[in-house]
Amino acid sequence: MTALDAHVVVQRPSFRLDASLTVEPGEVVAVMGPSGAGKSTLLDVLAGLLALDEGFVRSGGTTLDAAPRPRVRTAPSRRGIVLLSQEPRLFPHLTAQANIAFGLRVHGADARSAATAAHDWLVRVGLDGMDRRRPSQLSGGQQQRVALARALATSPAALLLDEPLTSLDTETAGDVRALLHDQLVATGTAAIVATHDALDAVSLASRLVVLENGRVTQEGPVREVLAEPATRFTAAVAGLNRVVGSVRAGRWHSGGLGFEASDQDDSDGRAVVFRPGDVGIERAAPDDGLAASTSGVVWEARVTRLEQTPAGVRVRTAEPEVSVDVSADRVVEIGLFPGTPVHLRIDPADMRLV
Amino acid sequence: MNQRSTGFIPRVLAIPAVLGLALLVLPLGALVLRVDWSTLWTDITSPEARSALGLSLLTGLIATGVCVLLGVPLALLIARSTVRTAAVLRAIVTVPLVLPPMVGGVALLFLFGRTSWLGGILSEWDVRVPFTTGAVVLAQTFVALPFLVLALEGSLRSTGVGYEQAAAGLGAGRWRILARVTLPLAAPGLVAGIVLCFARAIGEFGATALFAGNAPGVTQTMPLAIYTAFNGAGVSQGTAVALSLLLLVTAVGVLLLVRAWRAEAPR
Repeated sequence: MTALDAHVVVQRPSFRLDASLTVEPGEVVAVMGPSGAGKSTLLDVLAGLLALDEGFVRSGGTTLDAAPRPRVRTAPSRRGIVLLSQEPRLFPHLTAQANIAFGLRVHGADARSAATAAHDWLVRVGLDGMDRRRPSQLSGGQQQRVALARALATSPAALLLDEPLTSLDTETAGDVRALLHDQLVATGTAAIVATHDALDAVSLASRLVVLENGRVTQEGPVREVLAEPATRFTAAVAGLNRVVGSVRAGRWHSGGLGFEASDQDDSDGRAVVFRPGDVGIERAAPDDGLAASTSGVVWEARVTRLEQTPAGVRVRTAEPEVSVDVSADRVVEIGLFPGTPVHLRIDPADMRLV
Repeated sequence: MNQRSTGFIPRVLAIPAVLGLALLVLPLGALVLRVDWSTLWTDITSPEARSALGLSLLTGLIATGVCVLLGVPLALLIARSTVRTAAVLRAIVTVPLVLPPMVGGVALLFLFGRTSWLGGILSEWDVRVPFTTGAVVLAQTFVALPFLVLALEGSLRSTGVGYEQAAAGLGAGRWRILARVTLPLAAPGLVAGIVLCFARAIGEFGATALFAGNAPGVTQTMPLAIYTAFNGAGVSQGTAVALSLLLLVTAVGVLLLVRAWRAEAPR
C-alpha cells in the first residue's frame, strides 16, 4: 500500500502536465524543476484544489480522484492530505495555539485536549511560550513552524510542501529545514517537497523526481540523480557542467572540447559531466597556440559572462557552454572580462561519460 | 509643520476648503442651536415622538436582521464569483444605492400593489403589503441592503480564499470554514456593513413615504414624523427638532462605532 500513488494529467491551452508519482509510507520525495514546470499544479491536484483531466490519485488504497471515466472527485477536506505553501497561511484572527487546535478540533478532539495537544506541538517545534501570540506577532520562520505543527498535528496521510522555505532568509531556512527533517522522521509522515533548492532535496528527501515542462525527465534516489544528471537543468541543480557531444572513432568531442574514449562505440547525444571547480583557466596570449606539452585536456574558449557566487566567481564560456569556478582575485589577476579568449584545462579523470 | 508633510498645494485653495467644511457643519450647528433644552425631555417623551421612535427602532432592527440574512449570502456569492459575474452583480446591488429612494418606493408599490401580478396573488391569500408596518421594513431593507452587501463583499474579496483552502486541507467542512474562518476574517466589513445598514434603515424617508404611507403608530417612523411636524399636523415642531437631534446623534454614534472597528481590525 502506498501513501500516495498518482498519475496526473492537466491540460491547459499552452501547457500540459503529465506526471506519475508514488510515495511510500514514511517516504519523503522531492520534486524539482524550473519555474513553470508544473510543480505547484501537481501539488494543487494532489491536495484536491484542482481537478485533473485524466489519470488518478490514490491514497492508502482509496481512489481519491479519477478521470475521465469513472469520474471521482474527493473534496480537499476529506483527503487527509495537507498542503503547506510558501506562505504559512495561519489564521490571523487566532493565536498560535488556537491555529494548531483548529485542525485537532476538526478531527473530533474536545476543546481542552486540543488546547493541550496544541501546546505540546508548539514545544515540539521550539516555540514554547508563544501560545498566545497572534500570527502577526511571529516572525516568518516562527509562522512556518506553527504551520508545520498545525499540519502534522492532524496526522495527514501525506504532507505536501510547496517551496516551504523560499520566503525565509538563509539562516532561518536552515533552522526550519532541520526541524522539518526531524519532525518528518519522528512522525513518519509521507511527504512531497516541491523545491528549487538542491539542499532541500538532499537534506529532506530520499528520492528525487525532476519535472520539466510538465513531464518527469528523471527520477531515482537523490544521490544517483544528482551524480548522473540526465538534463541540463538537473546538472545545474547538482552544480555540474553537462556537455552533450558525440563519439567518433574512439574519441568524444563537442566543439573544441574532446578527449580519448577508446572503449566507446560511435554514438551521438553522449553527455560528459564534470565540476566547474575542476576546470583550470588561463588567459590565451594572442599568438599563443595550445601548449601540447601540458597534461590534461585543453581547449580554447571565450568568456561570455561572469557571475558572483558565494565562493567566488563563476565564469561562463561558450562553444561548448562550460562553467568554470575561480576565486575573485584570480579573475583580477588574469584579467577576465566578457569576450576574453581563454584556455581551459581539465584532467580527463575528472570527466565522466553518462 | 515642514514642507515634506504639507506638500505643494496652492495656499489659496484653503478658502473653498473652509467654505465647503462650513456648508457641512453650519446647518447642523443651526439645528443644535434651535433645540430647546428645557423642553427636550418632554418633547422626546411625548406620545407622538415615543410612537415614532419605537416604530423606527423596531422596523430598523427587523430590516437590519433581514439584511443580514439575505445580504451575507449575497455578499459571499459576489465575492466568490468570477470577475465578470461579480462586476454585473455588484452593479445590480449598487442601483438602489444611487437611485432616489422615492423611485424605489414607486417601484415597490408597483410590485406589491393590488393591481400587480404579485400583489394579486398575495391579496388572494388576504395579504396586503403596502401601507403596513411590513411595508416600512421592506422599504428600509430595499435601501439598506446594498450598504451591507458592498461592505462585506469588499472585505471577503480582499481576504481571498487562501485561508479557506488551508482550513479545508486540515479537514474542515464548508459550514465550519464559514463560521470559524471566513466570517471572523470578514468581521470588520460585516460590522461596518451592519452599522451602516441600520443607520440607513432608520433614516429612510422617500421609499417609506410612498410605499408605506404616514399613519401614526403604523408607518410613521422618525423621519416621517419630522416631515409631518413641519407640515404642521399632529407633531409639534419642538418634537421634530428633538427627533432630528436624536437622528443626528445616532448618525455620529454610528460613524464613531465604524471607525473604532476599522482601527481595531487586524492587518
